[in-house]
Amino acid sequence: MIAEIGLAALWLAAALAVLQMVSGGFALRTSDGEAMNPLAIYARPAAVVQAVLAVLAFAMLLWAFAVTDLSLKLVASNSHSMKPMIYKITGTWGNHEGSMLLWVGVLALSGGLLAAFERRLPERTMGATLAVQGFVALGFYAFLLLSSNPFERLPIPATEGVGLNPLLQDIGLAIHPPTLYAGYVGLSVAFSLAMGALLTREVNPAFARVMRPWVLGAWVLLTFGITAGSYWAYYELGWGGWWFWDPVENASLMPWLAATALMHSVAVLAARDALRTWTIMLGVLAFSMSMLGTFLVRSGVLTSVHAFAVDPERGAFILGLLGLYIGGAFTIFALRAGAVSEGTRFSFSSREGALVFNNVMLSAILAIVLLGTLYPLVTEAFDVRVSVGPPYFNPAAAIFAVPMFMVMAVGPLLRWKEDKPARIQFEMLLIAAVLVAVIALVSFFGQFPLLPLLGLGLAAALAVAAMLPLRGRKLTRVPVATWGMVLAHFGVAVSLFGMACEGAFTQERLAAVAPGGTEQVGDFAVTLQSVSPVAGPNWTAIEARIAVSRNGAEPVILNPQARSFWSPSQATSESALLTRWDGQMYVVIGNQAEDGRWQLRVWWKPFVTFIWYGGLLIALGGVLAIAGRVRVDVKRRAAVKLGAARRADLDALNPASVPAE
Amino acid sequence: MRSRLVLWVPLALLAFFVGVAGYMLTQEKDQFVESTMIGQPLPAFALKPAVASLPGAAKADFVGAKPRLLNIWASWCVPCIAEAPQLEALQAQGVEIIGIAIRDRPADVANFLARYGNPYARIGADDISEVQLAIGSSGVPETFVIDAAGVIRYQHIGDIRDNDVALLLAELEKAQ
Repeated sequence: MIAEIGLAALWLAAALAVLQMVSGGFALRTSDGEAMNPLAIYARPAAVVQAVLAVLAFAMLLWAFAVTDLSLKLVASNSHSMKPMIYKITGTWGNHEGSMLLWVGVLALSGGLLAAFERRLPERTMGATLAVQGFVALGFYAFLLLSSNPFERLPIPATEGVGLNPLLQDIGLAIHPPTLYAGYVGLSVAFSLAMGALLTREVNPAFARVMRPWVLGAWVLLTFGITAGSYWAYYELGWGGWWFWDPVENASLMPWLAATALMHSVAVLAARDALRTWTIMLGVLAFSMSMLGTFLVRSGVLTSVHAFAVDPERGAFILGLLGLYIGGAFTIFALRAGAVSEGTRFSFSSREGALVFNNVMLSAILAIVLLGTLYPLVTEAFDVRVSVGPPYFNPAAAIFAVPMFMVMAVGPLLRWKEDKPARIQFEMLLIAAVLVAVIALVSFFGQFPLLPLLGLGLAAALAVAAMLPLRGRKLTRVPVATWGMVLAHFGVAVSLFGMACEGAFTQERLAAVAPGGTEQVGDFAVTLQSVSPVAGPNWTAIEARIAVSRNGAEPVILNPQARSFWSPSQATSESALLTRWDGQMYVVIGNQAEDGRWQLRVWWKPFVTFIWYGGLLIALGGVLAIAGRVRVDVKRRAAVKLGAARRADLDALNPASVPAE
Repeated sequence: MRSRLVLWVPLALLAFFVGVAGYMLTQEKDQFVESTMIGQPLPAFALKPAVASLPGAAKADFVGAKPRLLNIWASWCVPCIAEAPQLEALQAQGVEIIGIAIRDRPADVANFLARYGNPYARIGADDISEVQLAIGSSGVPETFVIDAAGVIRYQHIGDIRDNDVALLLAELEKAQ
């Protein structure tokens, strides 16, 4: 019964998406000055009810997974009655169908929220936006219902499920994909708004202010999702690395880069009425990157350590949707963007100028990542198979990242519209001095690779520069949104510092150790005390007992494991981490050699945790920016309400009063 | 008008991508291209070891007794992870596999071998892709069948999949 309710809700939601699309389309037939087309009033309610239905469908699937309903094909092939409850629930979206249902659920929910609460846009633009949103949702409903039905029943219920990929049996999975999805979907709203504004020729600051919270929200979620995903890969894959330039990682990075550019450009449009076409372009680009990511991950056209749910038919479906939506959007863009007037002009040495420069740099990095990710696909089409790795990505991205960070340090200090660099020469000198001093100091103490060295200098300079916009201001009077910017920029410095330290100072030891043996890594003495077998609910493992002592202090016990899962059978290594304020010890146990010694891999990674602290700071900065905007908006609404109430009171006091002619 | 034409560029790029990706989706993944180096003897080379635990590789290692596999790979290459089990299966069948690690670092090579298993008898470090280019390989991973006289007999481009194992064994048999 549960499955049938879910399926019915999904079909009804699809039907409502059609209604939303058609009714929203009628809003476009309203000409200026005319009352709303009567057929256009259904778009908003359709979006709201559709949201309820799609969320209901997802709740039904959650329920089926929670009770392990083995008559459902999806549950039988992805879950297991013996699995811990938390992983039964996260298993709902740990597979293709479930994660697509989650995607659609969040898409419908955000469409519903937009329809229910957004009153600032002209109704024509709103109608067009909802029509686009309905059109996008419809494609994904069709995808789910026609080619990946999550509620498909088995002819005979299975007696037991066949488990879940053990790599995915991790708390990281509970947060990572849903966060990224919510971010992707937030970008879909930005896309619909951009299309709505372009179709109705309403690309203006008012539209930018409506779009901004969606972009900011999506960007916060993406930042958080990428940070969590990077940490997950770091401790779960057992390689000691935190970013692998894997196609699936790139798939989440590319929308983030586009969203970062979009967020800044939408701020310029809202504040200064400039960068109109560019904002629309980025709005389309950000969403196309999320769809491209979905395509690359789901179709299996690229080999990846993450590859799951690989199916060419599904790939073709998503590619079709991608071609339809993004192709359609680019066509409208090409036809209409020429008609969008240029907006306010500004000089190069102004805050807009700095933002444009950084937008271009971000787009260049996006292009680098995109090229590197797709290059194997393109060459494969010409019968050459290659793999593109860090030797390409790191230097190529750095070429654009380094000037970007430099301009990022100075940009927030500049004034809007036009500014003289001489006005901020003290600040610029200070930033340059910090940069040079740190690089000189670090290279004095040792020989380090160029990129980490530059990274250390830039991180220090950025940390100082991030605080400079607060200089000379009364801290209690600084708007919350400005604090958000300061915090986010400081977070970039923190994260960069972590990356550079990891690159420059990591100490690594790979050794075969007999029980009782000790290895020295940096300040740490690592003693392998014993190795013993342990068992969990659905795995068995070899667990090492390792005493780690820093400079002869009281030792801490670490327990890395080499796990074997039995459903499906697969081996993973569980790293053990010892976190100190100034870094992390990372220990992995490998195989046993024939002479009885165990392979131990030990890293001391100074300040590596700062990478993720920085990511969290960046996300928190975004949250502050949203909070600041919402506060201003609530104040504005309250003021409007108060004004209306006063007017009503005045009218009541003096019913005969007529406005002065 | 030039500025109007610029606006169509995104659409053109998208159309190109959709075209290529769509074509790729319809293609079978296993395709073999005859290389011009097939039938020619290996060029002379001698590479230092890529990892402390294994010897390096030289042309002399390929000469004598039986045909061998020459595997071009790198620890930073993702398809190389995918083909690791198939290489182990080949090694289990008694095939001697000599690896050439492209632009790699000893620590990374050691990590890779510890994690994905070591099917190699020896691994040479090709830090500037000299041997890779000399034998006409354009990417990683690639696998060559070298006969007992040191002549390149067969080239496999891309990762070795399950069904390629039997194919490579047959090619090794042919090279006897």
